[in-house]
Amino acid sequence: MSAVLFFLAAIGAITGAVGVVVLRNPFYSVLALVAHLISLAVLFLLLRSEFVAAVQVVVYAGAVMVLYVFVVAYVGGESDSIGERLRGVGSPGSSGSGLRVGGAIVGGALLVELLIALLGTGLEATSGYGAGYVPGPKTFGTPAYIGNLLLTRFLVTFELASFLLLIAAVGGVVLARRRGGIGEDEPEVFVPIDRPLPRGAGTTAEGVGIVPGRGALTRADDPNGSPAHTGAGSRS
Amino acid sequence: MSISWYLVVSAIIFSLGAVGVMTRRNPLVVLLCLELMLNGGNLALIAFSRMWGNGDGQILAIVVMTVAACEVCIGLGMIVAIYRRHLPIDVDELRELQG
Repeated sequence: MSAVLFFLAAIGAITGAVGVVVLRNPFYSVLALVAHLISLAVLFLLLRSEFVAAVQVVVYAGAVMVLYVFVVAYVGGESDSIGERLRGVGSPGSSGSGLRVGGAIVGGALLVELLIALLGTGLEATSGYGAGYVPGPKTFGTPAYIGNLLLTRFLVTFELASFLLLIAAVGGVVLARRRGGIGEDEPEVFVPIDRPLPRGAGTTAEGVGIVPGRGALTRADDPNGSPAHTGAGSRS
Repeated sequence: MSISWYLVVSAIIFSLGAVGVMTRRNPLVVLLCLELMLNGGNLALIAFSRMWGNGDGQILAIVVMTVAACEVCIGLGMIVAIYRRHLPIDVDELRELQG
């Protein structure tokens, strides 16, 4: 049962990864990555790490991928970049396809090297099934276990990670904000504070009628010099 | 399944991510392939954590997820800034820093 689930999840994860690399439309790449992440969460469950699997589905496949989908929708999921289209990737012999083949060869070499390192290792335990596992409320991989570790042994790591998240949030806002003078010119915004006000405007003295404040100014601005109720009368 | 199977899957995912980073030109897809590489590393960390029955690998995997979220935040912010300036969204065309 566990072997069947492992193969299903592994095939799903690898298919999702291939889809991310191969698919033309970035939107479909994001969807393939979501499938990949969910398959990977199944693998994490098989490795008895329930909390990390839940975090993977909720935070990674949920929140981070929504951010990706938003940006793909904003930037426009064009099927491929402009330079790639200009260079004519489809035709063989162009520099684009040559680079692509070279990248694939380097990736294959990397895979072979990693497999040699992983399978030719002297660690006997990699061919085993892992340490003993007894189900329980506070055993390996449960939220209680992870929380205990995070707040005792890895407290500094935890705080540093939260600080890093704060810096990244500020940096994201600063990077993506609307800068002045670059985009289309913005419409003039009327700010009432910019108007020159007579002395004493907005004070208590104006409120009780000692100093002529804003009311006097608007009456002076009126071209007819007429009191305010005539405007209401002409409207009716 | 023995632990080495999980390690093989993690190596395959990592290599696929590396191929994507090297071959794709859209920075959005390059970021996605970086996520793939980080996930391959995460799977290896969790497999080793299961191997020794020790939770440190899981904590490290959670930290890697945090760093990946930060990277996505900054990277997507940069992509939005590039788009706002009407520059081409292509990692080969963006070589202002190259001189």
